[in-house]
Amino acid sequence: MEMLSGAEMVVRSLEDEGIEHIFGYPGGSVLDIYDAIFKTDKIEHYLVRHEQAAVHMADAYSRVTGKVGVVLVTAGPGATNCITGIATAYMDSIPLVVLSGQVPTNWIGDDAFQETDMIGVSRPVVKHSFLCRTAEEIPIAIKKAFYLASTGRPGPVVIDLPKDIQSPLHKFPYEYPKTVNLRSYNPTLSGHKGQIKRALTALLAAKKPVLYVGGGSVIANASKQILALAEKLNLPVTNTLMGLGAFPGEHKQNVGMLGMHGSYEANLTMHNADLIFAAGARFDDRVTNNVDKFCPNAKIMQIDIDPTSISKNIHVDLPIVGSVEIVLQQMLDLLDETKVTNDSESINAWWDEINEWRAKDCFAYETSDTHIKPQQVIECLYKVTKGDAIVTSDVGQHQMFAANYYPFKEPRQWINSGGLGTMGFGLPAAIGCKIAFPDRPVVCVTGDGSIQMNIQELSTCMQYNIPVVILLLNNRSLGMVKQWQKMFYGGRQSHSYMDSVPDFVKLSEAYNHIGIKVDTIDQLEPALERAFELKDRVVFIDVAIDPEEHVYPMQIKFGSMNEMYLSKTEKTDA
Amino acid sequence: MRSIISVLLENESGALARVVGLFAQRGYNIESLTVSPTNDLTLSRMTITTEVDCPATLEQMMKQLHKLVDVLRVSELTEGSHVERELMLLKVRTPNSDIREEIKRNADIYRGQIVDITPNLYTIQLTGACSKLDAFLKTIAETSEIVEVVRSGVCGIARGEKALRG
Repeated sequence: MEMLSGAEMVVRSLEDEGIEHIFGYPGGSVLDIYDAIFKTDKIEHYLVRHEQAAVHMADAYSRVTGKVGVVLVTAGPGATNCITGIATAYMDSIPLVVLSGQVPTNWIGDDAFQETDMIGVSRPVVKHSFLCRTAEEIPIAIKKAFYLASTGRPGPVVIDLPKDIQSPLHKFPYEYPKTVNLRSYNPTLSGHKGQIKRALTALLAAKKPVLYVGGGSVIANASKQILALAEKLNLPVTNTLMGLGAFPGEHKQNVGMLGMHGSYEANLTMHNADLIFAAGARFDDRVTNNVDKFCPNAKIMQIDIDPTSISKNIHVDLPIVGSVEIVLQQMLDLLDETKVTNDSESINAWWDEINEWRAKDCFAYETSDTHIKPQQVIECLYKVTKGDAIVTSDVGQHQMFAANYYPFKEPRQWINSGGLGTMGFGLPAAIGCKIAFPDRPVVCVTGDGSIQMNIQELSTCMQYNIPVVILLLNNRSLGMVKQWQKMFYGGRQSHSYMDSVPDFVKLSEAYNHIGIKVDTIDQLEPALERAFELKDRVVFIDVAIDPEEHVYPMQIKFGSMNEMYLSKTEKTDA
Repeated sequence: MRSIISVLLENESGALARVVGLFAQRGYNIESLTVSPTNDLTLSRMTITTEVDCPATLEQMMKQLHKLVDVLRVSELTEGSHVERELMLLKVRTPNSDIREEIKRNADIYRGQIVDITPNLYTIQLTGACSKLDAFLKTIAETSEIVEVVRSGVCGIARGEKALRG
């Protein structure tokens, strides 16, 4: 059998797992692993400028490809810098394997240089973690980590690797396990047949059904089944922020995103429904508004692979534990067998109601002669990219504008931090996506607050020539914070105003990128055209937008789903 | 409502921390927790007693426990017929023979055993359900000064055929 050191085992295991790209930052505790990486030509390593960004890159790489993202960092600060990234992936159920260095085993607990209890620090935000104490444990720990990260409800897994077990001086027999078996871990994939039958009966009997599609549908690759079921039964479909793209954005049955900044028609469809069918969605507080007033007439059915997501916030009448793809396919097969369908008359009447809400045109906005509106920027981006770009976003107003004004055609096209809401996610995420798909246009829609939280990654783009487009909606404020302060804090703008926004054009140029300043609407489209034509350069477009624009609709706090502000002057009559 | 949750989990380092962490992180309370390896040394058995406000919280708690990768089985004991026991050791002041006799009598009534004596102290061992231990403590407190109490927390098992196995 082949003899390898612990460090070589790490790299070889990753190769045997089929890993092609990893993201990381070297340091004392992982030097042996980095030496092993130096000697391989099968794995491309990307050196970041901050470990948090490495995790976001691996995370987005995973979101866009469906593969497991891999991160390698050193002990102590290298590891703790990853925590925000790991928590981001955890909240959105993204499969990652994070390899962190650790001080030698005989120093653990001694407060050694760069020692942190990474297993302890990361515990609340990982699916599972392993501390390897011997080199022989490494291949099985890595095999288990990839298995755990990618199956069931996916999530990040941390492997802590003390320095002494990596030593090149000691070689051990290496074999990468072919299979892995964990007696305590058996995720349910197929749905319970009786439940599926009951669910289908309820769905067919519903007069006002709605299909509520979340991020779980993207992860499970269930788009085909969702489309088939929706079209067969003429169901209205609403997507969560994480579910955007799982059902085509421009499909006539798509009523838009739901929730806090969802469309008027989506929220009213939910509120008035007699049956809500959740597919890989978890009734998050940004969706439900006040749970006590949530959709009073609806029977609730939910498919989720994670039983804890069922009846956590909202009582579910008909739960089905399983993979969205498999369960929906079971349901479609049953539908084909039984050859029954729903009552088209009542569904048509339901659509008449929905179309009246649509007529409200809740995303209409007023243009201005003096200012560029953020909505215009996203609409222009959609036009220039023909709706084909991979769009990553940061967190704030720009995120909501991107979500609502760029109809995503397909899943894995919209990459954002929905659960944790991590500012600084967008740029490293765009880099991760571009590495995965070098030939596809990738754009990071960001704000002047968010972009500055990981702007150092412009340097990573420079080093590896990763030509992403950065589209900055610059309102010289923390726009979402400011919006809340204007609406609920008497307009007191406590620390939401940036007094010293840098010259982003010069900053981009300092990194040998192209910076374009857009101050008027007529400059916008040419700037975007140029950005996407230049396929080998990073282009940073800094768009001065109307600093007073708010995101609407916006649900009224403590209200039901159908209670919304529709503009600065209008709200729904409760 | 009081619940007793039995958990069968991998006997691995870190497994206990994951369970305790889960309770802290989700705002669940732990009244007592006992854990020890079973006859199969690769497995540990844990008994957690907790106070929950509603059945939905208990259901969520059990699902969250089951979601932990190290956990094999989770079951609630108070739903069915069960046996629960707790071990208590207590040290009481025995300044004179009247008190010594009274304490001995009480210990006998409760089927406790005096396991250590000094001229001024008795150490008593008592097992039973929590309510019995509480009652004994109250009785002793009326007779003498309690110097020290240590309770193991509840261990529980279902009656009859029902079993939690790997």
